[in-house]
Amino acid sequence: MKRLSAFNVVSLTLGFAFLYIPMLILVIYSFNESRLVTVWAGFSTKWYGELFRNEAMIDAAWVTLQVAFFSSTIATVLGTMAAYVLVRQGRFMGRTLFSGMIYAPLVMPEVITGLSLLLLFIAIGLDRGIVTIVLAHTTFAMCYVSVVVSSRLVSFDQSLEEAALDLGATPFEAFRLVTLPIIAPAVISGWLLAFTLSLDDLVIASFTAGPSATTLPIKIFSSVRLGVSPEINALSTIIIGIVTVGVISASLISKRAITKRIREEQAAV
Amino acid sequence: MAERPSPNQTVFAPWTDPDAVPLIRIEGVTKRFGDFTAIDNIDLNIYRREFFALLGPSGCGKTTLMRMLAGFETPTEGRISIDEQDMAGVAPNRRAVNMMFQSYALFPHLSVWENIAFGLRRDGADKDKIAARVEEMLKLVQLERFARRKPHQISGGQRQRVALARSLAKAPKLLLLDEPLGALDKKLRQDTQFELMDIQEKTGTTFVIVTHDQEEAMTVASRVAVMDNGRIMQVATPAEIYEQPNSVYVADFIGDVNLIEGRVSSIDEGRATLDWAEGQHPITGQASGSLSKGGRATFAVRPEKLYISREEPTERTNRVWGKILDIGYLGNLSTYHVETTGGQVIKCEMINVSRIDRRDYTWDDEVWLSWSDTAGLVLPE
Ligand SMILES: Nc1ncnc2c1ncn2[C@@H]1O[C@H](COP(=O)(O)OP(=O)(O)O)[C@@H](O)[C@H]1O
Ligand SMILES: [Mg+2]
Repeated sequence: MKRLSAFNVVSLTLGFAFLYIPMLILVIYSFNESRLVTVWAGFSTKWYGELFRNEAMIDAAWVTLQVAFFSSTIATVLGTMAAYVLVRQGRFMGRTLFSGMIYAPLVMPEVITGLSLLLLFIAIGLDRGIVTIVLAHTTFAMCYVSVVVSSRLVSFDQSLEEAALDLGATPFEAFRLVTLPIIAPAVISGWLLAFTLSLDDLVIASFTAGPSATTLPIKIFSSVRLGVSPEINALSTIIIGIVTVGVISASLISKRAITKRIREEQAAV
Repeated sequence: MAERPSPNQTVFAPWTDPDAVPLIRIEGVTKRFGDFTAIDNIDLNIYRREFFALLGPSGCGKTTLMRMLAGFETPTEGRISIDEQDMAGVAPNRRAVNMMFQSYALFPHLSVWENIAFGLRRDGADKDKIAARVEEMLKLVQLERFARRKPHQISGGQRQRVALARSLAKAPKLLLLDEPLGALDKKLRQDTQFELMDIQEKTGTTFVIVTHDQEEAMTVASRVAVMDNGRIMQVATPAEIYEQPNSVYVADFIGDVNLIEGRVSSIDEGRATLDWAEGQHPITGQASGSLSKGGRATFAVRPEKLYISREEPTERTNRVWGKILDIGYLGNLSTYHVETTGGQVIKCEMINVSRIDRRDYTWDDEVWLSWSDTAGLVLPE
């Protein structure tokens, strides 16, 4: 291992402090006895108890998870299909237009996406609620999925699919049995990306949510406007905890998969 | 290995039998990509149990022709029929044709066993039958011990055998092999060529192999089609291709050849005589194609058909004098590069029969090269 110079140590510390001190403060204050956020009055877990008794908050969390699950799943299916057609079908009329259009929502301000969806839902008379949020999130997450999946498909050896056809598979079987298992990691990353985007989306959800369904980001944002409550700190701490565990286990799993593959390859020689 | 003709066995040559029904009929097939013509009006018949080789330089359309047989490309013009059935509109998965891809295209997420079973499973055969067939295939290519491995866990040569087993598993009427041995080193290549011939013999499948290696085509094939720029230049047995090339292109493409340009001075009973240089005797060879008296033609003769001597071999009509430019000693044979009139260099190959034979030739020696009247061909331009 290389030793770091003093300058490097300082820059590293500053950078990480900048990133993590706000979160650390948030975590610490979630265990504060006092209702006042800025005054430390001793250790307590009572806000966690409060949080779990706060039904509105629990409901919002549940809605958020449902929305994230359904929208990311639908977005993954649609996004993968779009990517497949755009990468695979070769040149067809309007291909450039379509592939350009799939990127447009990525750079479109969320306010505009949200507003346009709101207008659409009103125009077709769809009551705002969980369904409309799912539709809205599907719409924008689909583009991200299709970008992730098409970057994988571009490097996918097309002769694998031809080999499947040659061996008697129908085009759909070739996709299901050969293409999909091979591009699965990209599809899963696309799904995770869509899931995360949906979890933390505030703007689009605000436009498309109705009185019957509120997501967690909306709930947090609106309650913070009335003053930061220690309950929100507790909730945020839980989210930070979940994310940390998720990131660490994902990296452990992929590291183990790589070591296993290397070992197998060495065994082959 | 190729069948040896023996007294009680007829030679395998269905293409000489006018009543034989070809397995593959390619009639007037043209394939264009945009305004580029990859295949230019090809007619070709391939018969059952043949080991047919498509030979030609890179980019001449070999893969395109194969892909049309497999169904991945459709001919722009003309028709292809397999087993008397017109293949127009028949999807690749509905053809009794299997292909071994240039890149092998093994499914990386499936084991060797599952790769071989893939095609059988698509047919919905029952489990025991599939298992038995896969085991049979593994045995054929000697990979029983590697059945559970994934493609990335085996060597290049083993992968190539898995690809072969996979494409043979469904017992296709026709097996297409696109440069199957391209990725192997020379020794493994040669072993595999014999293995391929052996397997072709055992399974009785019709093989069409694509290669740009002329030695490979000559070794394995019952017939060879030499291609150039999307056209077939000649279709014949390896021996005919070598001894009776129908054009300068084919003669030059297959093996070593001396080409001498000249003007036809006489044509008589299948022999043509060529004037080619001042101060040299005219040369005579077997006339081939449409030659006209006074027209330009090329004389082609293989280096091993030439004989080198110090004295003028007056009993031979074909004799040329020159000066030794270069000598290559290869152990079993020696090659002499002899420069004659007009800077024309002729290559002569002599087997070193005795240990001290002909070692007395050296650089700049004046020598005579000679050959018989039937050793070479006179080809039209
Ligand atoms: N899909 C395609 N689109 C355009 N040109 C192609 C296509 N496939 C092949 N070609 C062209 O056709 C020619 C013959 O290709 P190919 O059959 O692969 O040659 P070979 O296998 O003999 O090396 C090449 O010049 C190649 O560029
Ligand atoms: Mg090729």
